[in-house]
Amino acid sequence: MRRLLELLFPPKSASASIARERLKIVLAHERASRDGPDFLPVLEKELLAVVRRYIEVRPDMIRVSLDKSGETSLLEINVEIDGATVKPDNALTHPPPGSRPGQALRGGSPLSRIAGEGAEHSEAGEGSTSAPIPL
Amino acid sequence: MAKVVVVTSGKGGVGKTTTAAAFAAGLALRGHKTVVIDFDVGLRNLDLVMGCERRVVFDFINVINGDAKLNQALIRDKRNDNLYIFPTSQTRDKEALRRDGVERVLRELDEDFDYVVCDSPAGIEHGAITALYFADSAIIVTNPEVSSVRDSDRIIGILASKSRRAERNQEPVSIQLLLTRYAPERVNKGEMLTVEDVKEILSIPLLGVIPESESVLRASNTGTPVVFDEESPAGRAYVDAVARFLGEQRELRFVKPERKNLFRFIFGKA
Repeated sequence: MRRLLELLFPPKSASASIARERLKIVLAHERASRDGPDFLPVLEKELLAVVRRYIEVRPDMIRVSLDKSGETSLLEINVEIDGATVKPDNALTHPPPGSRPGQALRGGSPLSRIAGEGAEHSEAGEGSTSAPIPL
Repeated sequence: MAKVVVVTSGKGGVGKTTTAAAFAAGLALRGHKTVVIDFDVGLRNLDLVMGCERRVVFDFINVINGDAKLNQALIRDKRNDNLYIFPTSQTRDKEALRRDGVERVLRELDEDFDYVVCDSPAGIEHGAITALYFADSAIIVTNPEVSSVRDSDRIIGILASKSRRAERNQEPVSIQLLLTRYAPERVNKGEMLTVEDVKEILSIPLLGVIPESESVLRASNTGTPVVFDEESPAGRAYVDAVARFLGEQRELRFVKPERKNLFRFIFGKA
């Protein structure tokens, strides 16, 4: 009966359920960063700076989280590079001391592997503007 | 031994001062000697809500600075002998609220009172932190509305990490939720978060639900804590909340829409 009534006269707004879901998501995120160690935001910023030397990423494209389950802690770093572009100039003009930028792009870790794929895309797009990588 | 109760919320305008006044008066009505302190330095308002604004001579900051004695600054309520009001200063120097000074005043109040109710300012700055620092219990005043719930969550986190009990690794501050400005009709239409929603999201025990009520504005207009209005739903809900705070079981009232009543419709709301 109630269903029939709701069908005939749909409730104007069930905005409370939207409020509830939004709050659950935002608070889960805020509590995670609140309970985490103090260095996490700084780490996130520094990692972002390093990644930025090679690819153009916005701050919202990097996520750092620390999960604890039992005795093991897992530091998870996710960089979303869909749509990000490689910065060949910067990667070459400001290489971090003692590192070889070419290797970072062709390396074996998941992060750099994805970065490598992104690189192929933009290299194809930019064509001759990309500088050769000295090895 | 006085129990220190902070009334806090993070967000402004949710009913902290109304609650602090009603709660302190409710405790006094139950026979407990209670003092309510205004921690909102620079924005004194508890005196107005309690109806003693013309009796303020010395204030909290005067006592902290040693310019006045405690008994010169405390104002005895004219309606109830167990109730005292401790107004704050209108100074713009927020740092005047020194933690060591507050501690000294609280220690002095400890001998004479059963309950010290601290009316916190909004925000998470110095005043709000000082108000909650010494608390044994906290009443989190929350409206069923997203920004209020989020700010309450924030202040709950601060209580758990920045209070004196947290710093000293003592038993944590007892934190309870007081949901104010609740409109059962709107909840029924799906337009407002339910009591259960807020309780679940904040995951703290519920002390009470205060319905949105005309009597709250009437109470502040006249400078009478709303518990003194025995006809008012909000006043009765506060009396229930005080009883629960004192360990009694009281069923929730005023959380369902009022039945449409022809008599009420004609003669207006009580």
